[in-house]
Amino acid sequence: MEQLNPSARRDQFGSKINRDFSPVLAYGIPWLMILLASLSPLLPIIAPLPILPPLGFLCLLAWRVLRPGLLPMWAGLPLGFFDDLFSGQPLGSGILLFSLTMIALDLIELRFPWRGFWQDWGIAAVFVSLYLILAALFSGSGLPLVQYPLILPQLALAILLFPVVAQLVSLLDRVRLTRVRKIG
Amino acid sequence: MAPPSAQISGSNKKAQLGRFAGYVFATAGAVIGALLLIISLWRPDAFYGLRSMATDAASPVGEAGAATRTGSRSFFEAIAGYYDAGNKNAELERENEIARVRLAEMRALEQENARLKAVLDLREGDVEPVATGRLIGSSSASTRRFGYLSSGRDDGIEVGMPVTSPMGLVGRILEAGGSTSRVLLLTDPESIVPVRRAIDDVVAFAEGRADGSLRIRLINLGINPLEEGDIFVTSGTGGLFRPGVAVAMVTEITNDGAIGRLLSNPAATDFVVIEPAFVPEAIEAADAPLQTEQPAGEDAPAEGAAAD
Repeated sequence: MEQLNPSARRDQFGSKINRDFSPVLAYGIPWLMILLASLSPLLPIIAPLPILPPLGFLCLLAWRVLRPGLLPMWAGLPLGFFDDLFSGQPLGSGILLFSLTMIALDLIELRFPWRGFWQDWGIAAVFVSLYLILAALFSGSGLPLVQYPLILPQLALAILLFPVVAQLVSLLDRVRLTRVRKIG
Repeated sequence: MAPPSAQISGSNKKAQLGRFAGYVFATAGAVIGALLLIISLWRPDAFYGLRSMATDAASPVGEAGAATRTGSRSFFEAIAGYYDAGNKNAELERENEIARVRLAEMRALEQENARLKAVLDLREGDVEPVATGRLIGSSSASTRRFGYLSSGRDDGIEVGMPVTSPMGLVGRILEAGGSTSRVLLLTDPESIVPVRRAIDDVVAFAEGRADGSLRIRLINLGINPLEEGDIFVTSGTGGLFRPGVAVAMVTEITNDGAIGRLLSNPAATDFVVIEPAFVPEAIEAADAPLQTEQPAGEDAPAEGAAAD
């Protein structure tokens, strides 16, 4: 009998025979990553001014932009709620902004179905800017308008960090579909 | 690359309904978010319990992080010590800085004593701290400046207690959970502390500016007597903070006061001390400058009194 090419039974996600991906992993990893990123205020960084980018929101953006359809439209509600519990923003600010982001991204995708690295980055930059400005507005701190430039370093950092987060997302996206479940 | 065709529902009734339902749910989420936001802006204390519970549950993460921060720093310091004496220099400098702050505090205390001799009933002594704890995190992505503290109600912490470090005042307890609590740092825009100049009686308010500095607003307007390098300490007015704790050093003079640098940078502190409120009745009387952030529970009737 003719020998089969050994690589025909495997691909980058593992063995093709007798193995399947696990739904928990395939659908759970995006949620888990965003939730963990939302815990970032508990990192031991006691910042004198807002400097850390909103990691939870960046991860949501990256997953939504890179893998549309994976997160359901209503994902903004639970994810935003969790983010609010730790971010220091008043409860509801994250829920509102995350939900609006999900809707807006869907509409943008309808309008511009073709995407690429620069377009993704541009969209992320616009959304992060809007998010930070609105979050500062909703924060209940009564910050005077002249003081808004203090979010600029944070904004720059967030925009520069997006490709890294996107890279991490695509890495986890490969882990997501590893065939770990044994069939039969 | 074009996205997967999940976007295009075509004439598939089920897909069309699914997409429609998605929009409905997302909009509902946004509406719920907006309502919650309005409620929490209107009554900031409405969801304190919820947030405290969440922080309590997640605090092991923060504790581990804080321990690692301390551990890794001493590790790197040990390595650096082999290469140069800069480390020692930094330490001496830090001690010097503490000593300088202490000196200012002592001067303030002296002056305080002289003043209090007139008021015989008032006794000034060492304050027994309620608890000590670590700052395990901060709202580093938000324009609010909150810190998370690794001790809570179980350690005897109550809302309104001042949080200090050896360098000076850090903030005050805003909400107390079981094992963690949330600290309103001095640099939060909502934080206002009554202060006076350490060397004399120039009184002012120190307001947070969210960018790590404090705005010192003189109460008596007129010729601005402040100079760069002036140290401000708490005045004890209002009763939350005991008098004579270092707060800020003036770095820039403005029209109605000055911009001050925070003396006790929370980022540089390992452990903080939680002290009892200077005059405990002050909390019940809600005389704190920040009454919008006080939980309404027991002090709700007193709010009217504080308003006038």
